[in-house]
Amino acid sequence: MKFRIYRYDPDKDAQPYMRDYDIALEPTDRMLLDALVRIKAEDDSLSLRRSCREGVCGSDAMNINGRNGLACITRLADLKEPVELRPLPGLPVIRDLIVDMSQFFKQYHSIKPYLRNDAAPPSPDKERLQSPAEREELDGLYECILCACCSTSCPSFWWNPDKFVGPAGLLAAYRFIADTRDQATSERLDDLEDPYRLFRCHSIMNCVDVCPKGLNPTRAIGKIKDLMVRRMT
Amino acid sequence: MVKRIVVGAHYGLRDWLVQRITAVVMAAFALLMLFIVLFHRPEHYGAWKALMSQQWMRLASLLFLLALFWHAWIGVRDVFMDYIKPAGLRLLLLVGVVLLLVAYALWSVQILWSLY
Repeated sequence: MKFRIYRYDPDKDAQPYMRDYDIALEPTDRMLLDALVRIKAEDDSLSLRRSCREGVCGSDAMNINGRNGLACITRLADLKEPVELRPLPGLPVIRDLIVDMSQFFKQYHSIKPYLRNDAAPPSPDKERLQSPAEREELDGLYECILCACCSTSCPSFWWNPDKFVGPAGLLAAYRFIADTRDQATSERLDDLEDPYRLFRCHSIMNCVDVCPKGLNPTRAIGKIKDLMVRRMT
Repeated sequence: MVKRIVVGAHYGLRDWLVQRITAVVMAAFALLMLFIVLFHRPEHYGAWKALMSQQWMRLASLLFLLALFWHAWIGVRDVFMDYIKPAGLRLLLLVGVVLLLVAYALWSVQILWSLY
């Protein structure tokens, strides 16, 4: 199977280039990551991140034939040859398919991704309980694995990665706003009411299109705006 | 020199809402015009002039134009915020756009009310 892979080693290469590979696959090679592991066995200079190899860790996000996705859950049979692989767009390349995700995680941390609740728990040995309906509010929000497929497919994030929280961060922000155990809703909305942090989103929905977990950041962002409108009017 | 990233202007919701409301106003006016062209069929200059010089039509047209200018302001500002990075240049362009749109709004009033 034919591949064209983005190669760049800042220590050796003046600029990035595309390298062609033609690799013989075994019948057990089903997913793109299987092929990449086989390429890596032949050319160990190729650098990529991968870990769980089953779509849970989010390490092997990359741009596959022009579309962001996880190599480990992308079926080889569905790919057009030559398969063109590039690092996630919009982030600085460290080497080959590895990008520097600092900016992405900085935005994630900026929304304070943890429960904020100053009230004492019902008793020291008891959890803060939720009804099944309250728990259901978190479905479609908590499943995010922070692979960065969404944020790096978003033009608003490309133009303002330092100021726009991005779809992944905003999905996480709504995950805590929607949580009945969190008491900081008002502060969270205050923090997001900003022309850059939230309102760079123009609902083009690239994030929804690429999310390998089938999540919908645009809907979460809409719900944040909805709460802000309810708060204002 | 260290470039500090500053956010936290605490606006945006009103503009986002206004952009949607003005869009509805413009869509309603477009439907009204479509309705007039399809069913009222003003066929010559005199018919158009009679239609456009009625007070309700002047007000509807003005509302449409004001919605258009306000909508354009928010949209153009968003484009400048994305693509014009030097803050000084961006401010200059934004001021230019505001002045232009205010001038258009005043001009619209003059045009609409000069029809008799």
